[in-house]
Amino acid sequence: MLHTLSVKQMSEKLHAGEITSVELTQHYLDRIAQFDPELNAYVTVTPELALQMAREADERLQNGTAGQLTGIPIAHKDIFCTDGVKTSCSSKMLDNFIAPYDAHVVTLLKKAGMPILGKTNMDEFAMGSSSESSYYGPTKNPWDLNAVPGGSSGGAAAVIAANLAPMATGTDTGGSIRQPASFCGITGIKPTYGTVSRFGIIAYASSFDQAGPMSRSAEESAWMLNAMSEFDQRDSTCLEQERADFAAELNNSLEGLKVGVPAEYFGEGLDPEVEKVIKDAIAEIEKLGATTVPVSLPNKDLAVPSYYVLAPAEASSNLSRYDGVRFGHRCEQPKDLEDLYKRSRAEGFGAEVKRRIMVGAYALSAGYYDAYYLKAQRLRRMVHDDFTNAFEQCDVIMGPVAPTPAFNIGEKTDDPTSMYLADLYTIPVNLGGFPGMSIPAGFANGRPVGLHVVGPHFSEAKLLNIGHQFQQVTDWHKQMPEQYS
Amino acid sequence: MSIGKSEVEYISRLAMIDVADNEVEQVSGKLSKVLDLFEQMQAVNTDGVEPMAHPHDVAQRLRVDEVTETDQHEKLQKVAPATAKDMYLVPQVIE
Repeated sequence: MLHTLSVKQMSEKLHAGEITSVELTQHYLDRIAQFDPELNAYVTVTPELALQMAREADERLQNGTAGQLTGIPIAHKDIFCTDGVKTSCSSKMLDNFIAPYDAHVVTLLKKAGMPILGKTNMDEFAMGSSSESSYYGPTKNPWDLNAVPGGSSGGAAAVIAANLAPMATGTDTGGSIRQPASFCGITGIKPTYGTVSRFGIIAYASSFDQAGPMSRSAEESAWMLNAMSEFDQRDSTCLEQERADFAAELNNSLEGLKVGVPAEYFGEGLDPEVEKVIKDAIAEIEKLGATTVPVSLPNKDLAVPSYYVLAPAEASSNLSRYDGVRFGHRCEQPKDLEDLYKRSRAEGFGAEVKRRIMVGAYALSAGYYDAYYLKAQRLRRMVHDDFTNAFEQCDVIMGPVAPTPAFNIGEKTDDPTSMYLADLYTIPVNLGGFPGMSIPAGFANGRPVGLHVVGPHFSEAKLLNIGHQFQQVTDWHKQMPEQYS
Repeated sequence: MSIGKSEVEYISRLAMIDVADNEVEQVSGKLSKVLDLFEQMQAVNTDGVEPMAHPHDVAQRLRVDEVTETDQHEKLQKVAPATAKDMYLVPQVIE
C-alpha cells in the first residue's frame, strides 16, 4: 500500500518512475474522501490544486529538476495563508477568507514540488491544546475516536497518524506541534524561534509562534525542515544567519551524548504509565551510548502563568486587525463604528479566543501592566535562564511532552485553566525560544506517548539525530492505527 | 480574584468585543479563574530580573526606505466585506 511507505521509499519510487506523483496524490485524495468524514482532520480539501501540482511535479521528475520532496503530497495547517485557498484558522471570523497570497513556508514547499492536499483543522487561531475549539468541530484522534488529537495542530497530527497525508506543516506557540505529535504517535519538531519565517502565518503570539514539520520519522522531518526554512526579510524576527543542514547529523553516533533529566518533569501530576514510557525511552537512548545527568529547572511552574499572560497580551494586539472592515466576518447593519467592531468580533470569535483577547487586553491595561505583563516577562527570563544553566551540564534535556496521553473529547472544555496546565512541559521551551521535538516512544492506556527532547538554540540537527538514531532501534514511529493502516 | 459586572464591561470595551447581558456571569467566572492563575506570579521575588520580551538578544533589522511592493489593491480588497470606489466602507463617523 502506497500510504504505508516511508517518504524516503515514496521518493525513491517517484525518482525511479515506478509511481507518479499524480497516482500518489490521487491515492491520498481517495483516502481523505473515505476516512476524513469520521476524523474531521481537514477543513478544506483541494483536489484540483493537488493534482495540478502533482502533474507539475511529475514533469520535474521526468526532466531531472526534481528534489528529494518533489511529488510528495503535503497538508498545510489552516493557519498558513495559501493563495486562492480558504484560510480560516478554524474560525468563523475567517470562514469567508480566501488568502490573497502565500505564506513564506507555503511558497518554499511549493518550490520543493509538494502537492497541497488541503488545509488541516486546528484550535481556533491556534489557541488551545485539543483542537476542540475549531469552528468546524473537533478533530478525532485516529488511535481512539473518543480522544482528542491534541492541539492546536491536531488536524495535522491526525492526518499523519491516519495516513491521510505523508507530511504536514504545524505551528507551535506553547506546544502546538509537540503535544499533538505526542498524542497521535508521530514526530514533530518546533525549531529555534526565528528559524522559519512567520510571513503569512496568521499571528497568535508573535514572540512565541514558530512553524515546523510533522511526519512519521525524524529523518523525514529533517528533510522538510531543510525545505521550509531560510531567511525571509518579510518577517522582521526571521534570523539572517545561514541555516544548518538539518539532516547532516542524522547518522552520527550518540556515543558521549549527555542527556539532562530534570526532576521537575517527573513530579506530581505525571501519569505513571507515561512516566514508565519516558524512562524506558531514555534507557534505550543510554544503550546507544548516551549518559544521563540530573538537572534542575526550578522555575518550571512559573512558565504556565507567565505564558498565559504574555501570549494573550500579544494576541490582544495581533487580533485587533479583525475589525469587520478589511477582511473577515462583518456584523449585519452596524449602527456606528464601535458597534461594527464589537459585534463583528463578538460574532466572529469563539469563546476561548474572546477570553484570551480580553485577558490580554486586561493584562496590558493601565494599572495592571507592571503587575501582570512586566512580571510575566521577568518570569519568562527566569524560566529561560533555568534552561541555559541546565545546558551547561548537558547537551539536551529529555522528559514527557504532556502529563497524560490524549484525554477524551469534552473532558477539559469546561475549565480553561485545566487545559492550560496540561501544557506545563512544552510552554517553558517556547518562553526561551528553544527547539523541542516529540518522537513516538510507546503507549499509555492504549494511547500514544511522545518523548520530549529539548536542546539549546540552533540544536535542531542534534535533536533530529537523536530522533533518527532512536528510530533505528525502535518501531514506535512505524506503528499505525489498525483501521488506517 | 473575582471580577464583577462593571469590570467585564470595562474589559469588553478594551477588547472591542461585545458581551451580552446574559453572558456576563459566565465570562466573569471564567476570567476570574484565569486571573487566579496569574496571581501565582505575585508570590515570586523578581527583584533585579530584567524583563524578557523576546527569545533572541538581537537588534531590530532595518531596510532601505524604498518601495518594494506593487499596488495590489484589487486583489486585497476582494476579501473585504464592503468597498466602493477602491475604498473600505464603514458606518458614518463624522456627521
